[in-house]
Amino acid sequence: MIDYLQNHQADVWQLFLQHVVLCGAALGLALLIALPLGVLIARYTALYTPVMGLLGALYTIPSLALFALLVPLTHIGTMPALIALVIYAQFILVRNVVAGLRGVEPATVEAARGMGMSPWQVLWRVEMPLALPVLVAGLRIATVTVIAVASVATYVAAGGLGDLLSEGVNKGPVGEGEIEAGALAIGALAIMADIILRIFEALSARWSGRAAPAH
Amino acid sequence: MSAVAFEHVVKRYGDRGRPAVDDCSLAVEEGQLVILLGPSGCGKTTLLKMVNRLIEPTAGRILVGGTEIHDLPATELRRRIGYVIQQTGLFPHMTVEKNIAVVPDLLHWEKRRTSARIDELLEMVGLPPGEYRKRRPRELSGGQQQRVGLARALAADPALLLMDEPFGAIDAITRTRLQDELLRIQQQVRKTVLFVTHDVEEALRLADLLVVMRDGHIVQAGPPRVIVNDPADAFVAQLVGADDPLRRLSVVPVSDLMRPLNGAAPAHGRTIAADADARAALALLIDGADGQSIAVTDASGQAIGILTLRDIERVGGRAAVPSP
Repeated sequence: MIDYLQNHQADVWQLFLQHVVLCGAALGLALLIALPLGVLIARYTALYTPVMGLLGALYTIPSLALFALLVPLTHIGTMPALIALVIYAQFILVRNVVAGLRGVEPATVEAARGMGMSPWQVLWRVEMPLALPVLVAGLRIATVTVIAVASVATYVAAGGLGDLLSEGVNKGPVGEGEIEAGALAIGALAIMADIILRIFEALSARWSGRAAPAH
Repeated sequence: MSAVAFEHVVKRYGDRGRPAVDDCSLAVEEGQLVILLGPSGCGKTTLLKMVNRLIEPTAGRILVGGTEIHDLPATELRRRIGYVIQQTGLFPHMTVEKNIAVVPDLLHWEKRRTSARIDELLEMVGLPPGEYRKRRPRELSGGQQQRVGLARALAADPALLLMDEPFGAIDAITRTRLQDELLRIQQQVRKTVLFVTHDVEEALRLADLLVVMRDGHIVQAGPPRVIVNDPADAFVAQLVGADDPLRRLSVVPVSDLMRPLNGAAPAHGRTIAADADARAALALLIDGADGQSIAVTDASGQAIGILTLRDIERVGGRAAVPSP
């Protein structure tokens, strides 16, 4: 396995970058949708059950099946992978945006309104900053999920580290350690992302005044 | 022109039962500290929150400084009115200085002007700016947080201040200190203040005008002395403890009972301020071994009168209390 990584450094690095770009794009897109959606649901609570029900149902579809379902609509390649990853991330992100906003003290929001902030200012200056730690926690879980699910995207030819796994499976007994190398790389990526986002989570918790500052 | 005027204000939630606020009318003069007092559910907080339109009235009009509050956009109206709520109102993600700067920032004040104002206000509420400007709310005690809350409400120098049970969640000793601070600051800034509380002691200590509410109605409004000595009905009498002689003493200033010194040598020993209440004087008189008399001093500490137990006994009967 170590041999494989040494001999195919450039290839593995390229697949690694592909994986990162695919996941990054999916998470970016997912946030763009989840933020407004979460704000909307936190405001109009009647939306919570239907929207979360739908997202939850989509979340339970096995990834391979979801990719397969999307291929007729989008052909193979990055597109079905991106859409599937956005859908998976959506459930986690929207749930945490809503939980974060609901966790803000009503008295704090009332003070903000009472002092003359517009609804938009209340959201951006008070609610969002205070919801940030919960939001980042959601982003961390979504990131790890997306990194894992993205390795299945090799079956729709979306590239990424999943390619190593499928290559190893195809080669069978003549493989040179692709599966182990792929698993190691994916695991390393997930753990790195987790650690970075945990740090960010702790920083945001301190910054939002929820946790005691370090003195 | 009244600083705040309520004209037949009604707030009804849904169709059920009696309105939360029912046909309330009240005129508040500029610079008055008005206490809205009543049991929970009496409508006092609802009445307060209608002034800055956190709650919209069902009927009636509210005027602030002669302007109908709906003639302004809600955000603009609120930036002109200071607002203090119970304990948790500070923004935990902002430092003390950022909290105080919220309304000046909304009003696009110059940075330097805001900064100078922050120092001035922190000095006023007794928190040295050098030490407290950069702190977070969670690094402050409950009492300190409420001082910052008051500084924040005063930041843009509003003519009107709304305070919704500001000291409700604070321990008794700190609460008394904050009440003293509020009175001292009020001497300085002379704002019109609407202050909601269900604490009778607090109400009697602070009020220029005491408004007693029950079931959405204003039952009685007047200076504390009048309400305690001449309650409108049994409910008010019971609420303010009008039958309790100590309560009646608590609304009479020492200056009303003392005998002037007439140039005689000031009494020895203990002293009390002329604006203290007669109950405090009584406590002082019955406490000491030499409990014959105490000297009454003016704001500068100069002895101006003398007070004995007999002077206080005159208040025993309700009729004996001089009407203001």
